[in-house]
Amino acid sequence: MLKPLARWFHRRPLAGLVGLLGAPMAWLVVVYLGSLAALLVSSLYSLDSFTFNVVKHVGLQNYRELWQRPVYARVAMRTLGVAAAVTLVDLVLALPIAFYMAKVATPRVRRALGVALILPLWASYLAKAYAWRTFLDPAGGLLRKTLGWSPGFGLSGVVIVLAYLWLPYAILPIYAGLERLPDSLLEASADLGGRAGVTLRAVVFPILLPAVVAATIFTFSLSLGDYITVGIVGGKTQMIGNVISANFGVNNVPLAAAFAVVPMIIMVIYLVGIRRTGALENL
Amino acid sequence: MPVNKQRTIQLMACVVVSAFALNACSSSSKSPDTTVAAVADTAAGTTVAAATGGNEVVAGIKAPDIAAATAVGKGEGELNLIAWAGYTEKAWVDPFTAATGCKVNVKVGNTSDEMVQLIKTGDYDGVSASGDASLRLIAAGDVAPVNTALIPNYADVYPGLKGKPWNTVNAKSYGVPHGRGANVLMYNTDKVTPAPDSWSVVFDKASPYKGAITAYDSPIYIADAAVYLMATQPKLKITNPYALDATQFGAAVDLLKQQKSNIGEYWSDFTKQQAAFKAGSSVVGTSWQIVANLAKAEGTKVEAILPKEGATGWSDTWMIAAKAKHPNCMYLWMDHIISPAANAAATEYFGEAPSNPKACSKTADKTFCDTFHAGDEEYFSKIWYWTTPIAACLDGRTVACTDYSEWTKAWTEVKG
Repeated sequence: MLKPLARWFHRRPLAGLVGLLGAPMAWLVVVYLGSLAALLVSSLYSLDSFTFNVVKHVGLQNYRELWQRPVYARVAMRTLGVAAAVTLVDLVLALPIAFYMAKVATPRVRRALGVALILPLWASYLAKAYAWRTFLDPAGGLLRKTLGWSPGFGLSGVVIVLAYLWLPYAILPIYAGLERLPDSLLEASADLGGRAGVTLRAVVFPILLPAVVAATIFTFSLSLGDYITVGIVGGKTQMIGNVISANFGVNNVPLAAAFAVVPMIIMVIYLVGIRRTGALENL
Repeated sequence: MPVNKQRTIQLMACVVVSAFALNACSSSSKSPDTTVAAVADTAAGTTVAAATGGNEVVAGIKAPDIAAATAVGKGEGELNLIAWAGYTEKAWVDPFTAATGCKVNVKVGNTSDEMVQLIKTGDYDGVSASGDASLRLIAAGDVAPVNTALIPNYADVYPGLKGKPWNTVNAKSYGVPHGRGANVLMYNTDKVTPAPDSWSVVFDKASPYKGAITAYDSPIYIADAAVYLMATQPKLKITNPYALDATQFGAAVDLLKQQKSNIGEYWSDFTKQQAAFKAGSSVVGTSWQIVANLAKAEGTKVEAILPKEGATGWSDTWMIAAKAKHPNCMYLWMDHIISPAANAAATEYFGEAPSNPKACSKTADKTFCDTFHAGDEEYFSKIWYWTTPIAACLDGRTVACTDYSEWTKAWTEVKG
């Protein structure tokens, strides 16, 4: 039954390729690129100021609006700052943990740590964010009760919670990168008289850089688009995602779409910048 | 894994870059459509005529011609509603389902804007719209006129609620009134002493509750600032908080920007506000009576009052979606929700004045209708029902007023 079919495909390599990649490529082009294109097109429409229906008057009015009102630039800069801070915090936390897991821990401990890292990913994002709300609450939260101090709801709360949420995404690629680093290289460096600092700079860092870059891409891009955590522990602050969601809420889809282009541009600049360093090739 | 990752990243870059390329193609190919779209838009008919001078309020809204139902048949078995919190509880929904066979699914809307956005999806049969949503829905053709002759209980509704600008356009009724009330000032009775009687506790720069003040996260909250300014800064000559010229609007927005430094959190999800009062991170701010009721039932020490400056408020109307898939069930629902028993149960649960005077004898608390001033038009003249601000000043002045799209942009700026 299957044999003639296999023979048929064997004689037509192109058909085989289409059969293999057709469905995922169609999904990528139609659903993924299609929705992106729809987003970009609708960012050129405008909104009827009374009925709040989207009007198909094509123009750059939404981008002009974003340019002219300083509030949007301020929100974008704040978001950028939060994403950078989250990335920094995650790197500082992830590097030693990943190093310990890859180079120091016994296989048993390593497995336990791996499970401990993956486990929180099974819990709902919302449940974790709301749990942090009870920690951070400035009036009767757990931090206030135990430490007598809490950062409260606001930007610092957002950075803490986002750094917590994305930590596994930072540790896992760095751990994978460190595992690829043979212990013999560290020993060779030591044999040749390299102290810890030199070994780190000349041996570990160049090999680890692509993994670190991968980790920052995750933490940075995930933070850039987040708005739910901001809504839960952000107090009165807003980030790009909140402004987009608020505009979507008043049916101002065109302005929301135009503002959604901003994080896309930021990510493109980020990726192009990384490409320049050559990290993408070594990954 | 690292190889996969490289692929993923290259793919991501590829997708983003080609998306930009696509944009370039699509924006040029899109322009021929413009004229067609413009024509279609005029046909939808949403012109707002300017005030013609004098003190006559003209907000000539051209509603698309949609026919009202002429008969109500058997229920279709299902009904999808957009409703304010507390409007569709089991106690009065279950009897409806039992009597009509219409299974009720509810999506709670947190703000009027959300409701307007939701109904545009076309997935819903009806909505409990406040005045700041209803006109937008009518003008956009999202809701259909209602044949009130098909709704027996409509005859009993207070005359003061019928034929109002927010539920009637061009002498066509667009729904049945549900109830009305004021946005109240809620405070924690332990932490806020002496008990406040003015909105100054939330607007005063030197408020002692800095950091624990909450405000409603919606552009319509600008009207709350305007109500406060109306009482405290007569020089601005605000006569209607929804009719603000550039100067008055600027003053209201400035007040809100100043207020922001004292705000702990904005709220739009009422359950989150209830939780914030319970935890104590919010101690004073604008709220709804139902939040106060629920918080009290939970043991949180709160009280809700109507401050001396007056307040914004709402007068809600059940409207039927123009594209309702279950119109019979919606008609049956509109009749049910203003029937004495259901109207009493729903408005008493929420804490607002019912629309049907016969509901007053069905409430659990017999003084309920007096407490909430049902039918007391004198009292309600002090409440500024949510209304959509439009360019033609609602108070009849001939200057330009700020419209709601300005309000939404200003709200983004207030939040910074």
